[in-house]
Amino acid sequence: MAATPTSVDQVREGLQSVGYLPGESTALVSYLATRLGKPVLVEGPAGVGKTELAKALARYLDRTLVRLQCYEGLDEAKALYEWNYRKQLLRIQAEAADTGWDRVQDDIFGEEFLLERPLMTAIASPEPVVLLIDEIDKTDQEFEAMLLEVLSDFQISIPELGPVAAKTTPVVLLTSNNSRELTEALKRRCLYLWLDYPPVEQELAIVRLHTPELSEQVARKLVEVVHMVRELDLKKPPSIAESIDWARALLLLGADDIDADLFKETMSVIVKHRTDLDIVAERVGVRLGPGPPSGVGSKAA
Amino acid sequence: MAPRLPDPGPPGISARLIELGEALREEGVAVGTSELLDAFAALEEVPWSQPEDFREALAATLAKSPDDRRVFELVFERFFFRATEAAAVRAGIKEGAAGGQVGGDSDGEGQQAGDIDLDALRQQIAEAIRDGAESAMRDLARLAIAAFGRQGTGSGVIGVDVQRIRRQLGLRSEPQPDLPPEDPRHDGLPRDELRRFEQLLRRELERGQIERTEQLPASRPLNELDRALPSGPLQDLAAVHRVVAQLRRRLATQGMEARGRKRHAHVDVRRTMRASLQTGGVPVELRFRPRRPRRPEIFVLCDVSTSVTSASVFFLSVLHALHDTFRKMRSFVFIERISEVTDVFERERDFAAVSDAISRDAGVADISGYTDYGRVWNEFRDAVADELHPRATVIVLGDARTNGRDPRAEVFGQIASLAGRTFWLNPEPRLYWNYGDSVIAAYEQYCQAFECWTTQQLEDFVKALTKPMTGV
Repeated sequence: MAATPTSVDQVREGLQSVGYLPGESTALVSYLATRLGKPVLVEGPAGVGKTELAKALARYLDRTLVRLQCYEGLDEAKALYEWNYRKQLLRIQAEAADTGWDRVQDDIFGEEFLLERPLMTAIASPEPVVLLIDEIDKTDQEFEAMLLEVLSDFQISIPELGPVAAKTTPVVLLTSNNSRELTEALKRRCLYLWLDYPPVEQELAIVRLHTPELSEQVARKLVEVVHMVRELDLKKPPSIAESIDWARALLLLGADDIDADLFKETMSVIVKHRTDLDIVAERVGVRLGPGPPSGVGSKAA
Repeated sequence: MAPRLPDPGPPGISARLIELGEALREEGVAVGTSELLDAFAALEEVPWSQPEDFREALAATLAKSPDDRRVFELVFERFFFRATEAAAVRAGIKEGAAGGQVGGDSDGEGQQAGDIDLDALRQQIAEAIRDGAESAMRDLARLAIAAFGRQGTGSGVIGVDVQRIRRQLGLRSEPQPDLPPEDPRHDGLPRDELRRFEQLLRRELERGQIERTEQLPASRPLNELDRALPSGPLQDLAAVHRVVAQLRRRLATQGMEARGRKRHAHVDVRRTMRASLQTGGVPVELRFRPRRPRRPEIFVLCDVSTSVTSASVFFLSVLHALHDTFRKMRSFVFIERISEVTDVFERERDFAAVSDAISRDAGVADISGYTDYGRVWNEFRDAVADELHPRATVIVLGDARTNGRDPRAEVFGQIASLAGRTFWLNPEPRLYWNYGDSVIAAYEQYCQAFECWTTQQLEDFVKALTKPMTGV
């Protein structure tokens, strides 16, 4: 497996080599995460590559990715561990009647009867892993509080067994769409990374990386249009993933330029609210000249 | 893991960082000791020679929300700028004496400005801005100050000087078609780079000022969040949305907090059964279903007469931005009559467009344009009386100034008795209540009245509104 990186540039190149183009701060914070062994809280709008960062880190560091998808009502039985009580019941029934209580009790609270959930898996794994706790803002505060022990000490206390400490230090990423403020206690334990929409050049590189067949000129225009759309006040601005989808769609259509008509037909790939569609058609559609390209890029307003 | 103490490093850096932490705390960023320890640990891992890495490492450990990050950028810049300048003042270093080409001191500047070809300078600056060349921009900013900066003495106010220099350089973000096409200004300049150039100008002017006076100007606090509500309909839209976004996040948090206590609602049978396995199938410990945050049905009535219109539209924008917090929401505006505007807010997302639409086609003013509360209550009762029920909430926003007309408080009382809760938001400070034609006292007996003229007060109110119910 890959050794721990020793410089920021190594991380940047490593992430690039597995198909993720990190920004300046992304590479730096990822590097710090591997060096300091602290979890990273990644926040930002939807679709800027928060989850993708975790996957890329796992590929680059050659570690298994353990993913915990959060949702409202997620509890410790689904995140940490659970006693396999069916098996415990069977065990008790299978016992001969004259077995002493003490023996049964010892037996049924052993590791054999423990169902590992993602956090437990990450902690107990003999190989270091990348642990992704996705959309932490979807859970409630009690769950956050429960995470504190895992995140600061990398251990889980099971009342019947005692604390289970991590054998190796996992790289932990928590992502949040910023739909609610996380607790100070959780933030305090994390490094913070704010991922925003990338600047034109970087996004162009990302689009080109995913659709190398698309001509540079079309790709550039596409990214410029997407940036223009993001500047409008929309309910859901287009994400990087949607830029890539759009690039793929244009590639399938064999487009060699983006004009007003083509934009009108394909803009539903990047804009997905009816009211947003109206705004975009009104503000952006008219700026793209009909037919042949009109000058170089268009200016942001 | 055990935090390591930093190597002393270059003399005094630990002390500087702690001072930076102090400065951040003063601006309301929660920087604890553990954050500072993290910052030291992080700095051991990154090369300090890279300003970008240095700054990002500190930001990742000290600033933990987008807002904090914004404050961090400002404080970081100011802090290290001031620290260097203070050191320079103490050591008595002057750029003029060291042979630098431009300084704040006025001798030598006169003939230098004569040497510079002004048109070529304009051209060069525009090119640097177009290309976003940072270091070129910095050098040219100094040249520009030398050329245009202090002809005479300067106005003494840095912001005014910056704008004057920018105008003299002819830098604009709009295209200037009368210039030749090869001039970079012909197609307009990128706005962000232009702003960056202005920042550099400001910085250089400040540097000059510090050199002249040999002391640092007092540092201004950055916090302007707790300011009065937007006072004009054309107020910065971004500010409105920022307040809304913050409010929404805080509300989301707040609902959860309030849920933790008093969870005596319903027994969750499934979880109780599962818990009972630990006690051999005897349900010793009851498990309860978590409480859901309250999602009230609300009816909003907003005065849009000229005296309170901006507060009303702002308030309505906030409520509509939060519409998914409510089960159902209907909004009305009134002056002399009422008019339902729920649709307008669903259609329009632009604050200015909303104010426009309301003033244009709501048709709420008949003749005088003065608020007629009595008539409004009657119309409102006729419109929604069937829909009001004890779980509905009625919110009125208005200054309760009847212009001498009959307040008809008894009709308002009927409405309040039909609805579960009734709130009155008054955009006037409490000091002015019941003076002149304000009759808030007549209505206050039927409802809870709040003053609401800062974003903080508004936020407190919305919190109270969405708090989980204690009864029912």
